[in-house]
Amino acid sequence: MKTLRAIPLWPVIRHLLLIAGAVVLLAPFIWMISTASKPPEEVFSSELHLIPHHFALWDNLKIAFAKANLWRFLLNGVIVTVSIFVLQVLIALPAAYALAKLRFLGRDTLFALVLFGILIPPQATAIPVFLLLHKLGLLDSYAALVLPFTISVFGIFLMRQFFKSVPDDLVDAARMDGISEFGIVWRVMLPAAIPAVTAFGIFSVVAHWNDYFWPLIVLNSEQLRTPPLAVAHFRNNEAGTNYGPLMAAAMVIIAPLLIAFLLAQRRFIEGITLTGIK
Amino acid sequence: MARIELSAVRKSFDGTEILKGVDLRIEDGEFISLVGPSGCGKSTLLRVIAGLEPQSAGEVRIDGVAADAIRPSARNLAMVFQSYALYPHLSAFDNIAVPLRMRRLSAVERLPFVGALLPSRRRKERGIREDVAKVAEQLEIAHLLGRKPAQLSGGQRQRIAVGRAIVRQPVAFLFDEPLSNLDAKLRVHMRAELAQLHRRLNATFVYVTHDQAEAMTMSSRIAVMIGGELVQVGTPTDIYDNPRDIRVAEFVGSRKINILPGRIREDGRIEALGVALRFASAASAGPCRIGVRPERIELGSGPFSGHVVHAENMGSEAFLHLAVNGSDVRVVARIDDPRRLPSIATQVSFGFAMDAVRAFNADGKRIEVEFEHTERVRERAIV
Repeated sequence: MKTLRAIPLWPVIRHLLLIAGAVVLLAPFIWMISTASKPPEEVFSSELHLIPHHFALWDNLKIAFAKANLWRFLLNGVIVTVSIFVLQVLIALPAAYALAKLRFLGRDTLFALVLFGILIPPQATAIPVFLLLHKLGLLDSYAALVLPFTISVFGIFLMRQFFKSVPDDLVDAARMDGISEFGIVWRVMLPAAIPAVTAFGIFSVVAHWNDYFWPLIVLNSEQLRTPPLAVAHFRNNEAGTNYGPLMAAAMVIIAPLLIAFLLAQRRFIEGITLTGIK
Repeated sequence: MARIELSAVRKSFDGTEILKGVDLRIEDGEFISLVGPSGCGKSTLLRVIAGLEPQSAGEVRIDGVAADAIRPSARNLAMVFQSYALYPHLSAFDNIAVPLRMRRLSAVERLPFVGALLPSRRRKERGIREDVAKVAEQLEIAHLLGRKPAQLSGGQRQRIAVGRAIVRQPVAFLFDEPLSNLDAKLRVHMRAELAQLHRRLNATFVYVTHDQAEAMTMSSRIAVMIGGELVQVGTPTDIYDNPRDIRVAEFVGSRKINILPGRIREDGRIEALGVALRFASAASAGPCRIGVRPERIELGSGPFSGHVVHAENMGSEAFLHLAVNGSDVRVVARIDDPRRLPSIATQVSFGFAMDAVRAFNADGKRIEVEFEHTERVRERAIV
């Protein structure tokens, strides 16, 4: 009787449910690491085992790097995500400042349009944007990868909400001190909004580092490929898919995000709790 | 140093009129307080003077020059905010240095990284450092300069904010309720410091507060604002002793003035609480209100009586709350010696001298009171 009461039922169920959820979420990752570590004959063997008999991760990585210029693709990923983020901040911060702190005719309408913009999925505007880039002759270039994302309505919304919480007195003090309106954005609002900018940066970088859809549409040249495209390329080999190197390459392109997340974990969680966005 | 003139300044937000035509002349070197209940438009008026808020009509002149088209920073006024408004990411030193950097450095010299390499910037930075150090010494904040605002207490932040205002040597200082975020003890201390600062700088101070005690203790003149209008402007003594409006009388004084309902009879004699007093008014007959400050209520004798409902012993003085017999009026009286405090429910009779009476007509405007002619011979009438 006593022992039964010592193990309460609900916490056990709760933990079982959580463990089941964790297994579902982690299984693909574990499978990826497992496959990346197996030689080809083990990948295709009928028996199911997670731990490879012959540890082949190093060989698979070597093949992956030899087959495709992974360094170049990683560099492309960095160039594209960083340019997108920098341009987004350059545009979103002044826009958010105007929407949050300046009084002008039509401000509320403009903000309503921003909210409306969040509702439009990028796929809906893909074809018009594609045609526009085609007319401009920008297809198959870094510009095609970066330009469509420079105005982030989500970024404007997020920063506007944050700027609302910055006291008006601070803005007025800056005006009395002789700082111009643009100066206020960069010298006063940006330093105050670093946690929000960090949170937005993580959303933006993760979204565009992992974006498969848009680069697939606008790119032809191999040397411009972003990391997800590069991995997908392993599949289309006529000789049949080589899963070991493919998974090894997938590990390589995931690594920067994972490392960045681990380094910035605290800031990231600060940012999320601060913006109330999940 | 500057003279500030406001003529017929109006301001409305979305159809609501906040300022209803304010005329005010602030003299050079004066410490003037704009005081009034919250929402009376005093902060808006200050922001209009600062240029942060354009007025809807009227004119602001600083030293005789119309300031309407001049940007806030170019008006060369300094403002201290209620929330201090220090830049949270900058150290106290940098906070104080911001107005100097904005004024003395060119746009190129202000650039991050690049600007620091220019020899001209280095030279100017030396001058800025000297000026900040001078101000820090004046305000005794030299040891705080390296800290961020988050590491400072309320009083220390206040000093840094004042330092940022002083360092640019403005023509006038604008204070927007700078002491309301401090605890009571520190507030009293900072009051004395600000008054001293005014004497030392000999500059024009415009001080907005809802706390009449701050206005009374520091300023050379007080401008009482109620409902978007200046009701009375005068010295603290004048405002306290000769309120021209019942709202001024009620607002000024750390203990609210006692207001008794009264009536002016056809023959000019004044009644309070139904008791005919021995003085009269030339004003037309009708209802009126009689104001008497707590320290002018004389206990022990008089035509009124009441019982003690509450007593507040402050140590050096005490306040007695009396429920007047036969009415629901409460009267507060000050007693100089708390040891003589009557106990609760004691019956006390009270009265007041004629020169303690401030009478107001039905519209709240002050009316003059004089002795009834037959009583003039008496030097002092205790009624």
